[in-house]
Amino acid sequence: MGAPIRIMVTKIGLDGHDRGSRIIAAYLRDAGHEVIYTPPWQTIDGVVRLARQEDVAVIGISSLATDHLIIPDLIDELRKAELGHVAIVVGGIVPDSEHAMLHDAGVAQIFGPGSSREEIVESVTALGEAVLAAQFGTEVSA
Amino acid sequence: MTMVEPTSAQELWAAEYAGQVPADRVVRNRSGITIEPLYTPQDWSGDRFASDLGYPGQAPYTRGIYPSMYRGRTWTQRQLIGLGTPEDYNGRVRQILDLGANAISLLPCNSGFRGLDCDEVPTPLLGTCGTVINNVDHMSTALDGVPLDTISTAMNDPTPFTLLAFVLATAKRRGTPFDRITGTSNQSDYISHFVANHMFYRLSQPGSRRVLVDHVAYCRERVPGWNPVSVVGQHMQQAGATPAETMGFTLSTAIQYAEDCMARGLEPDDILPRFTFFFDVSISFFEEIAKFRAGRRIWARIAKERLGAKDPRSWRFKFHGQTSGVDLTAQQPLNNIARVTTQAMAGIFSGLQSMHTDAYDEAITCPTEESARIAIATQNILREEAHLCDVIDPLGGSYYIEQLTDQMEEEILRVMKIVEDAGGMYEAVGSGLVQGMIGRSALAAQDRIDLGEDRVIGVNCYRSEGAEGTQPPPYRPDRDAMEAHVEAFRAFKRDRSETEVRRGIDGLRNAAQNEKENVFEKVVDAAISGVTHGEIVGTLRDELGFGNPLIVA
Repeated sequence: MGAPIRIMVTKIGLDGHDRGSRIIAAYLRDAGHEVIYTPPWQTIDGVVRLARQEDVAVIGISSLATDHLIIPDLIDELRKAELGHVAIVVGGIVPDSEHAMLHDAGVAQIFGPGSSREEIVESVTALGEAVLAAQFGTEVSA
Repeated sequence: MTMVEPTSAQELWAAEYAGQVPADRVVRNRSGITIEPLYTPQDWSGDRFASDLGYPGQAPYTRGIYPSMYRGRTWTQRQLIGLGTPEDYNGRVRQILDLGANAISLLPCNSGFRGLDCDEVPTPLLGTCGTVINNVDHMSTALDGVPLDTISTAMNDPTPFTLLAFVLATAKRRGTPFDRITGTSNQSDYISHFVANHMFYRLSQPGSRRVLVDHVAYCRERVPGWNPVSVVGQHMQQAGATPAETMGFTLSTAIQYAEDCMARGLEPDDILPRFTFFFDVSISFFEEIAKFRAGRRIWARIAKERLGAKDPRSWRFKFHGQTSGVDLTAQQPLNNIARVTTQAMAGIFSGLQSMHTDAYDEAITCPTEESARIAIATQNILREEAHLCDVIDPLGGSYYIEQLTDQMEEEILRVMKIVEDAGGMYEAVGSGLVQGMIGRSALAAQDRIDLGEDRVIGVNCYRSEGAEGTQPPPYRPDRDAMEAHVEAFRAFKRDRSETEVRRGIDGLRNAAQNEKENVFEKVVDAAISGVTHGEIVGTLRDELGFGNPLIVA
């Protein structure tokens, strides 16, 4: 694997079920990445601010209770803050009928229940490496 | 216990079995107990029948808390409902009552759980997972046509219990006396919110502790038919605690609440008959049955011996079971009907007092009308067609069930000892000890699924791409109706009496500052005066501290 990638694992909106986000944070940390984990109920402004401060390449958002409905607003705010390069992935319960809405808004990938550890770690690593490569114009992985 | 000698037949069986199954194939349940391929009188001979089992309705209640159990009256069918506006909720609740439910529940919107009113959060998030109820008008609409003196209501209503306050304010308008109102404060267990389900905390840990005791004292005086305490093992099991850990933490929490109330001068027999418990029933069938039988036995002994209760009603472990959503899959969602049926059977054989069966689409969305109907029908079929209610504790006396009940009891007591050594549940949560244990169990459970040791149909085996197309569309409230609801709420706030509101809020503030006053009494007064949910929670957060997560990552 290449250099560690800085990844934020967070929850926006109103839901507090954090079993999934905690497990994903542990997976990514165990895979060697630098994980910035937040408690639930982050505001959109808070996530944008933290993404800038922590210079993350990927933001993973866990949504179990319809909080994904405001992800397009988050992506708008990230773009306004010139953080449009950050890859957004979503995990949790997202009904099939709402996938298109999220992809149209710019979500790179949606992991449903049953996604394996391997699949998540590999995809997020690849996305993060692509972000860094585009940002710095060089191959980051060894 | 008397040893039963192995017979030659048994030795023959053991030899034949060993020839067919490799010895390294160990089976463990979710609580880590090794499960043997066969149980015999050597595991449970029945010689402790009188001391450990006894008869239903008699301590230690292993076989059930009432003499007649389901022969007398079957469990209360209590579906968890909450969606949309108060009008949407009222429509669904009337439908459920027409279908045969005999009690109702109310799940508020996530915004409410956060202590916010509907005009403070993005509209797309309102009413997707619960009903938006922020004042007495909303509650009055939600319960329109529901007789408060005959239908019991269970509220997902964490401290400071604004929903009960709005129910009482509604009752006052209707002229229904408070002492005719029955039901349960389902989310009164603030400790479980700090440990596991972060949906519900609003006040600081010490603030929550105080308001819970005030609420218990108030209900005892004014709403004696209300169960002010529901200790929620469900949160811990949902967050990843094993079934044995869950029961251990839950009983430790119940001890904490009882002792907190007793420290304020309440007698055990004044409070314990109104203690209730709320659990997940997972698909680990026999383990769940053993968990509840063991829990019932342990609680009877604690209530009697440790807490000093003399009234047998204080010893009875009354619980509501909800089929576990964690076991449900978003893949091939109709398969969940089979899972819920299995979980519900485990609940019935456990002797629960009330039950919620999940809708098959619960892993995807708030239930649709059809999925909600099937969930209720599942209970009706099990109750009325399958002859499950003919015999009390029908699995009692099974060598396996009795041995497993003993082993679960031992494991539960081990967990309780860890909590006790840490200074009790309040302290053990403050230090993160419990959260750490649950986190480790959650990771271990996920690893077993990832490694294929625990099989989940449609997830890590029998995956079938073709079957994925059956996902029902999610429930989403009507956006225009929700916007109108928020607008009407703003108008309510403009039009109400400022003097009344000021009086309500000042009363709350003063009570919070004065230990001799009862905070919950002032919550009820404020609700009657038109103070909103967000204002009540906000005022108490100012005075008693904000509930911050106690998370161990």
